[in-house]
Amino acid sequence: MNAREGFAGTGFQKAVLELTVNNHPGVMSHVAGLFARRAFNVEGILCMPMEDGQHSRIWLMVREDTRLAQMVKQVEKLEDVLEVSRHGADHKVFERLESFFGQ
Amino acid sequence: MQYSGAQLIVRLLEQQGITTVAGIPGGAALPLYDALSQSTIHHVLARHEQGAGFIAQGMARATGRAAVCIASSGPGATNLVTAIADAKLDSIPLVCITGQVPLSMIGTDAFQEVDTYGLSIPITKHNWLVRDVRELLTVIPEAFRIAESGRPGPVWIDVPKDVQNAVIDLAELPAPGKADSLPELDHAAIARAAEMINRAERPVLYLGGGVVASDAAAQAIMFAEQASLPTTMTLMGLGTLPTDHPLSLGMLGMHGARFTNYILNEADLLIVVGARFDDRAIGKAEKFCPDAGIIHIDIDESELDKIKKAHVGICGDVKQVLELLLPQVQVKLRETWLARMAELKEAHPLQMPDLDDPRSHYGLVRAVADQLDDEATITTDVGQHQMWVAQAYPLRRPRQWLTSGGLGTMGFGMPAAIGAALAERERTVVCFSGDGSIMMNIQELATAAEEGANIKIVLMDNQALGMVYQQQGMFYNERFHAVSYRRPTDFVALAKACGIRAVDLDTTDDPRALLADALQTPGPCLIHCSIDVQQRVYPMVPPGAANTEMIGG
Repeated sequence: MNAREGFAGTGFQKAVLELTVNNHPGVMSHVAGLFARRAFNVEGILCMPMEDGQHSRIWLMVREDTRLAQMVKQVEKLEDVLEVSRHGADHKVFERLESFFGQ
Repeated sequence: MQYSGAQLIVRLLEQQGITTVAGIPGGAALPLYDALSQSTIHHVLARHEQGAGFIAQGMARATGRAAVCIASSGPGATNLVTAIADAKLDSIPLVCITGQVPLSMIGTDAFQEVDTYGLSIPITKHNWLVRDVRELLTVIPEAFRIAESGRPGPVWIDVPKDVQNAVIDLAELPAPGKADSLPELDHAAIARAAEMINRAERPVLYLGGGVVASDAAAQAIMFAEQASLPTTMTLMGLGTLPTDHPLSLGMLGMHGARFTNYILNEADLLIVVGARFDDRAIGKAEKFCPDAGIIHIDIDESELDKIKKAHVGICGDVKQVLELLLPQVQVKLRETWLARMAELKEAHPLQMPDLDDPRSHYGLVRAVADQLDDEATITTDVGQHQMWVAQAYPLRRPRQWLTSGGLGTMGFGMPAAIGAALAERERTVVCFSGDGSIMMNIQELATAAEEGANIKIVLMDNQALGMVYQQQGMFYNERFHAVSYRRPTDFVALAKACGIRAVDLDTTDDPRALLADALQTPGPCLIHCSIDVQQRVYPMVPPGAANTEMIGG
């Protein structure tokens, strides 16, 4: 499946979320837990520390459904999440990774 | 000055103004308890960690300030989980501190090791596993800041034993944590809200626990009076508008009065203040107030548009928003609408049979109220008795009413009453309970006796799980199962065994006199009264139905 397309056969479009978070063990659990509890489909997760070492960036590829706005508000409430921005499915970050997830 | 991690925690709690904590020690919390032994902080030794959690909740709910509970690792931590989850759902500020096995042993399935950090993620506002003693300098003040900021809630700090023992040199302590400043307000949205209110013909005001949390009851009453707003309250909002106020509709929803749910159904505007459209309050969401525009005011932005789309959503402290709204809202006597309210109230009032019999369910609630003034604090457990008290007790003061709303935890009432009584020693604290609920934290009778807490447990005993009995009767063709206790428990003897005075309204010739004596004599007391298991809480909206589809009442 190509990152830019919708989820195959579901009619849903994708969105990419970019989170700036405090870099410490546990942040991923907080973020992943919010999505898991609501059975909100997360197709892709990327996380790397940022240059300062104090912060990390988390990229999430998610379904663009009616609950996404509420989901983003819940993520913004997390103490360790400093910033959330929402991008369209055409964002390059996951596309460039596709070669690592081939056959 | 040199501190161990444990001493530093205690010092920072003292600096934070904490004078009472509730907890139970254990292996991984021994350094913390050693440090507490050298402090002026009063430690309430609960008999079960869940009791400690609810004692802290009682303190926090009565005062509005963050309260502290402490436990050891493993079972100490897991036993706290229910009380912390309860605080999360009702937005109660708590700081929970647990001991943990030493850092090097975490993840090895060491004795009394559990993943406290992982367990506490979904039931707290924020949580920490402290990996270095220096982190305590930021974590403890942050814990209080987060617990008390915005929408309040519980936080959890897990501290490994070696971090408690580690030594740190400090020239000075960090400043105590305090709540963040209030969020910026959208003045244009407030103006739009005022316009909608001024234009509305059939507005209803809907107050929730956020009004209590932001200390905005006075503003809410002024607002209701100025704009002639019939006003309903959620379970958490009871006490903000006195029940006997002419504009009061009482509680809405599953066990609200018929007239209350009918008036809501006719509203053309709903002004929701510090409430979250809980399913027990609104019934089937699509059918709730079908003709009404919605103004939703809440400090938690994620509540706006969560269940019902608001026409005007205002994120902010409800007290501030109401203060800004007041001068923009026209003074208006909505005669037609108030007449309609009176008409519906007359036609469909709350039915309270046997109100004059102090040995009936409603009558007992009213007889207790007759003996007390508004200074008394009322806690409840969860079930039929909770709804009867919510319907029938004349609540007139914010923070007068402490109940487990969101999580609906049986076992909440008695330890919460102990906490409330310790936080405000001048008050009489009444805990209404049932024979199902009281058994879930019955061990705290011993704590109440030890502390001499001025609590009065009014125990409605129907020898059954009454609310389950009611629902099996109504919705499961009376296939009663696992719901009645086959042999009676002697609660009077049980209370006495724990060192608490107990009286039995069943066996007296003058129940009112005995009740008066029990309520007026300082110190803990259990008041037992048998009630009829066939009595139901009416009206009742079946789960999943619209609020207008009430049964009974």
